[in-house]
Amino acid sequence: MTEQPRLAKQNAAVHLPEPFLRWFAEKGWSPRAHQIELLATAQAGQSVLLIAPTGAGKTLAGFLPSLTELAGRPRKKPGQARRGIHTLYISPLKALAVDIERNLGKPVEEIGLPVTIETRTGDTPAHKRQRQKLAPPDILLTTPEQLALLIAAPDARRFFEDLHYVVLDELHSLVTSKRGHLLSLGLARLRSFVPGLQTIGLSATVAEPDELRRWLVSQNPPGGMAELIVVTGGAKPEISILDSEERVPWAGHSARYATPEIYSEIKRHKTTLLFVNTRSQAELLFQELWRVNEDTLPIALHHGSLDVAQRRRVEKAMGENALRAIVATSTLDLGIDWGDVDLVVHVGAPKGASRLAQRIGRANHRMDEPSKAILIPANRFEVLECRAALDANYLGAQDTPPLVNGGLDVLAQHVLGCACGAPFLADTLFEEVRTAAPYASLDRPTFDRVVDFVATGGYALKNYERYARIRLTKDGLWRVSNPRIAQQYRLNVGTIIEVPALNVRYIKAGSKGSASRGGRVLGKIEEAFLETLTHGDTFMFAGKVLRFEGIRENECFVSNALGIDAKVPYYGGGKFPLSTYLAEQVRIMLDDPLRWKKLPEQVADWLRFQADKSVLPKRDDLLIETFPRGNRHYLVAYPFEGRLAHQTLGMLLTRRLDRTGARPLGFVATDYALAIWSLADMGRMFRAKKPSLSELFDQDMLGDDLEAWLAGSWLLKRTFRNCALISGLIEKRHPGQEKSGRQVTVSTDLIYDVLRSHEPDHILLQATRADAATGLLDVSRLAEMLSRIQGRIVHKNLEQISPLAVPIMLEIGKMPVHGEADDTLLMDAATLVEEAMGTK
Amino acid sequence: MTRALAMPVPPAGADFIGIAGERAICDRRGVLYFPELRLLAVSDLHLEKGSSLARRGTLIPPYDTGATLLRLQAVIADYQPAIVISLGDSFHDGGGAARMHSSFRERLEGLMVGRDWFWVAGNHDPDAPADLPGETVRELAIGSLLFRHEPSAVRVEGEVAGHLHPCARIVQQGRSVRRRCFAGDGDRMIMPAFGAYTGSLNVLDRAYAGLFRRETLMAYMLGAERIFAISHAMLRPG
Repeated sequence: MTEQPRLAKQNAAVHLPEPFLRWFAEKGWSPRAHQIELLATAQAGQSVLLIAPTGAGKTLAGFLPSLTELAGRPRKKPGQARRGIHTLYISPLKALAVDIERNLGKPVEEIGLPVTIETRTGDTPAHKRQRQKLAPPDILLTTPEQLALLIAAPDARRFFEDLHYVVLDELHSLVTSKRGHLLSLGLARLRSFVPGLQTIGLSATVAEPDELRRWLVSQNPPGGMAELIVVTGGAKPEISILDSEERVPWAGHSARYATPEIYSEIKRHKTTLLFVNTRSQAELLFQELWRVNEDTLPIALHHGSLDVAQRRRVEKAMGENALRAIVATSTLDLGIDWGDVDLVVHVGAPKGASRLAQRIGRANHRMDEPSKAILIPANRFEVLECRAALDANYLGAQDTPPLVNGGLDVLAQHVLGCACGAPFLADTLFEEVRTAAPYASLDRPTFDRVVDFVATGGYALKNYERYARIRLTKDGLWRVSNPRIAQQYRLNVGTIIEVPALNVRYIKAGSKGSASRGGRVLGKIEEAFLETLTHGDTFMFAGKVLRFEGIRENECFVSNALGIDAKVPYYGGGKFPLSTYLAEQVRIMLDDPLRWKKLPEQVADWLRFQADKSVLPKRDDLLIETFPRGNRHYLVAYPFEGRLAHQTLGMLLTRRLDRTGARPLGFVATDYALAIWSLADMGRMFRAKKPSLSELFDQDMLGDDLEAWLAGSWLLKRTFRNCALISGLIEKRHPGQEKSGRQVTVSTDLIYDVLRSHEPDHILLQATRADAATGLLDVSRLAEMLSRIQGRIVHKNLEQISPLAVPIMLEIGKMPVHGEADDTLLMDAATLVEEAMGTK
Repeated sequence: MTRALAMPVPPAGADFIGIAGERAICDRRGVLYFPELRLLAVSDLHLEKGSSLARRGTLIPPYDTGATLLRLQAVIADYQPAIVISLGDSFHDGGGAARMHSSFRERLEGLMVGRDWFWVAGNHDPDAPADLPGETVRELAIGSLLFRHEPSAVRVEGEVAGHLHPCARIVQQGRSVRRRCFAGDGDRMIMPAFGAYTGSLNVLDRAYAGLFRRETLMAYMLGAERIFAISHAMLRPG
């Protein structure tokens, strides 16, 4: 480390133009080694990936190649042809683009560079967009969706003809989603416009940097990679696990027991950032903190469902250091101005070591100072998980998810976008698409089916030829059949699907929705939650306890309430499953009593009791316990593979158990374990090998059983809806009218049913199944687990519940039961009527 | 309302109900059958809705007509009605019958053989469907019943209508269930939409205002195996 600055200084003189050197000197700074290295790499014509922790001057590094090049450019003379965009900056957040404009503007002004910088986001007014088309800025800061729109415009090729660099910020978070797929296709398009295009990726630390390096460059020839610059170091964070005086609960996620201790930490620090995993937890923790906030410290709440204006107020207060604590769900929900955060509290287990590192990285802007963080496990299993994550963070382990193949729904959207821009040759577009890393292994028949889908829906029944959206003309080019198609495309671009949600608006208590126009909007809540409320119910939202007054059109009316039993909105999809890496670390820890010494005494005791009463699972084994309780028989398995994979496993096992006569009644899944209960004695059945456990857990459950269950599953319907919207089968928006979420939901469910029974191999169903396998079902992870545990199942048939089983047994009845709302509920309602009417 | 007669056993999943004194089987598949009249009523088939949307660039699967006709075929096979009344919006638009794939047309014509078939005019299909047998009528009175597409604004005893695509919602154990339903108060009945791509509208919506006597309104919700009769008090909007 000590030699680097000197070296950097020498190199800086070589690569940095004089005005830049002077500026650095005036500021009393010297360019950092990685900034110069990145500049040198770019000047050599290479694309590059910079991996660095927060506060390492990543942004300036990313823009130095552009700024130095633009600085050396001769001034434009009057009458000279316009110059196009030189650098495109793409970030996942609008707010980030706006922030960069501010931060980059400063050095540009101070150095006196003749460089224009502008943003273009969904909020940019139409006249400004129009002007940008005619007189483009040198540097355009934008989002993936805006890029998709730009390349679908007829003048796209000309608009981008002067492009040199694309800077991609927060690349690690972009690449894991469908937005990343769409962006990779957009990049491929840009490369076809400008063959020498260079990319600069900025990323937090990831498990597989090579995946990102490939992502940044053309995959023709296959396997090409961008150069890599890694900034290591930064001070090691000081992380501790709260060693609570209180009893750590067996189960639950609220961490309510630790509220007083969290509060005293807030009091001891200047500004505390409190991270939780879900919005529900954020609401709960916020309420709990205010309950003990005797000093009325300014403590704020921040999550993605809150009204934007409210969020901006909180962010502003934070930037001005006016807050003592903020309860927040994820770093991406938050804006950019951080203020002086000197403590990060992570409530609940972090679920992934990388996520923990990235969140803690937010605590301090200066990478040379250690960040301070405290983990608050909400229950005993989370104590183990926190310990494992903590050890991992010290070791620098990384467990960002592996990248998946690009979605076919996204490809369909892109193909239509390309046609909207200019007629295309299928051969050429196929080659171009394959240069994008997520689509490098795409085969031609699949591509052709996607094109066919875009044209006429791709159905076996050829009924829609005359309604084709794109048509193959005599010259071999595919063209948009009419301008309306392009107009519709522009309204529906993007891969972000919003869950149906309603505005939450204040009205006076007791007043009818129609009578009053209502007060301010607090934010949005998912329709699915609101549907379970009745007039007068109370629930927590936006840090308040609210009374549900009713729903009118797209608004939910509420009034202030006092409530002890207030419900907490359940937000779908807000919860990350335990990472594979962390799961393994937990298993290793369970298997190693020496490491229990680092655990709080009450937790170590719990494990010792387990060893005494049953057994602790070995690191590669799967422990299965069976025991009777009440008039039920229970099976508890401990795969530690995360909630999603466990849910899928639970569905499949209950089907199998049903066939073998075990008469299963239900199951519940957590990140760590799975419990199934039945009428028959499963322990006895397994011992008699009717069926044996190895038969029950055989990998073949992922065949027909999975297919059969999937077919009617709501999970697949929800996934199908997303695919249908992204692929353009159904419109998100139609000119002049916005469809409400419900209208779309109803129709995609009906379409799904019809398509599944008439053309089960349709490409959109194929895309849906592929999504479900990696997404909501986590089939891939389940498959790995089933193969790992072959011949390694340990069965304990017990007289009674084991200590390790207590947490999951406490979840029974507490967790929302997912799935189709079934006829039994209707039956209950109908029976009530019959009883009341005396007709029974 | 129900006449105290010895009733024949309705098929599995169906319930007897009374409409203005006439006895009908309320079938979970969304049709009404009047055994004394040997009359089957079905509403809002919306055939060719898929191709109708396709014309405007939304290329949803072209299998809705086939799916709807298969389900219709099954109920007709079960009841063997002498009279079939399609209560309007049989086609999603005026050109629907002409666009219908020949295989579907043949299937539909096959169902019509040997029975009286009435196409009640709907707002989507005010005119007779092109080149199809059957009689097109504005409305149809049989016995004490009056079949029409849109329910009348004034109360008409014995009216059987469609048009509104009723569904109902209940909440039990913190969970919400929404299903298509028949909505009736003993005097009037509004039938659920039968078509594969038809959406639905909650019976508590303003569109139904004044159509029913609240106190006797029942929603007969379509379950997977049977019909569930749910009283007005248990229904939720939305």
